[in-house]
Amino acid sequence: MILATTTSTQDSGLLDVLVPMFDREGGWQTKTVSVGTGAALALGSRGEADVVLVHAPEAETKWMADGNGTERLLVMHNDFIIIGPPSDPAGIKGNPSAADAFKKIAQGKASWVSRDDASGTDQFEKQLWSQVGINPKGQPWYITSGQGMGPTLTLADQKNAYTLSDRATYLAQKSKLQAIVMVERDKPLLNIYHVMPVSPAKFPNIKINAAGGKAFADFMVAPTTQQTIGDFGKDKYGQPLFVPDAGKDEAQLSV
Amino acid sequence: MDLLWQGLVQGLTLIVSGDPALLRIVSLSLLVSLTATAIAALIGVPLGARLALGSSRGQGLIQALINTGMGLPPVVVGLAVTMLLWRTGPLGFLSLLYTPQAMILAQLIVALPIAAGLTASALGLLDPELASALRVSGAEEPRVAYEMIRAALPQVIVAVSAAFGRAIAEVGASLMVGGNILGQTRILTTAITLVTSRGDFAEAIALGIVLLALAFIVNAGLTWRARAAMYL
Repeated sequence: MILATTTSTQDSGLLDVLVPMFDREGGWQTKTVSVGTGAALALGSRGEADVVLVHAPEAETKWMADGNGTERLLVMHNDFIIIGPPSDPAGIKGNPSAADAFKKIAQGKASWVSRDDASGTDQFEKQLWSQVGINPKGQPWYITSGQGMGPTLTLADQKNAYTLSDRATYLAQKSKLQAIVMVERDKPLLNIYHVMPVSPAKFPNIKINAAGGKAFADFMVAPTTQQTIGDFGKDKYGQPLFVPDAGKDEAQLSV
Repeated sequence: MDLLWQGLVQGLTLIVSGDPALLRIVSLSLLVSLTATAIAALIGVPLGARLALGSSRGQGLIQALINTGMGLPPVVVGLAVTMLLWRTGPLGFLSLLYTPQAMILAQLIVALPIAAGLTASALGLLDPELASALRVSGAEEPRVAYEMIRAALPQVIVAVSAAFGRAIAEVGASLMVGGNILGQTRILTTAITLVTSRGDFAEAIALGIVLLALAFIVNAGLTWRARAAMYL
């Protein structure tokens, strides 16, 4: 059974807890491939994975509309935060609006690091820029790292730049970073994860492990798993990294 | 500097305590790279000998191909092997993607040209009269190759140890074809990549030290063998 998922779930360590649990309970042998959301969806839409766990609602809706998946289940959320150097050259610390902070960074030509790897975080960041009507591509202050969240945080930190991070990865690395949280808890910064089994009907010539994919999706929204997700990180970081959301209405989520 | 020291201490603690997770990663690293090197030697050494001894046309082309192969970027090999092994790929029916076997295949591809190329250049340094004399005395070509390899054994062992060095140090291809799955395909180099991306720099350094130690032990063994061969 092949699970294609995002780097944030692996970098935070959540999968190292959930996948062995799933394998033990159901006797599965899960192969987890951690790539960006873009690549995970691409693997799924080629029939190279049996289930995907990703966080890019817009791209997911399109992926489902193309007939790649059997269902799309809300699993959990955490939130994105804008982090930056304590000197805060753009003056955005404590700003309640992410959109406003983005504008200030562009106006002040403060260094910004973008992952530019088509991951969920990257797609989310690009959406925010286009929502404020700015095209930062090619600007000298707009640095692209092309790497996952962990290395990108280190890079932004070393370059005294701002960046967008999911809270889980930031908390996991906080002790090694000088960078601090600048903007948080703004509604548009919600980071929502869905699980989607790959549809065997779309790939008649490929042996999709549909039972395994479905079992994983069911596992992710099961009460005990949801409990584990809600507890994950409490012991190490003093606060949970994800909020379990199975069965909730996506529109009703709050930060 | 603190970090280096911390890594060093953590690395030694990990080794001394015989951490089971680490042992698993180390033994898989060794299994994959030694298997890949053994196959690379079995194919590469005779191939190199043939290359050094033959005089057929097209020899130059093969030599150039092998020389290029010695600098083959592992990520390109990883990409090619991944696409071959995809469910939709030509070898997809084997279900080998994300297994140690796939990593052995990828490491074999990067190590083979080194074993062949360095063997060829080692044998090229021998006195050409030796091959001629063997042929005059009625030896068949495989026998000539065998004697030549024996004559250059210390250098051939260096070729094999260079191939091993390439295999164990390689990360790009193993990451792609193996998937870096905990307990299944996580080896030292891919584990280092992962813990670095998680920001656990001390643990990364610790693993790096283990990797270096491992490479040293295997190479020391081979070098010892090469020196013994020199004084036969």
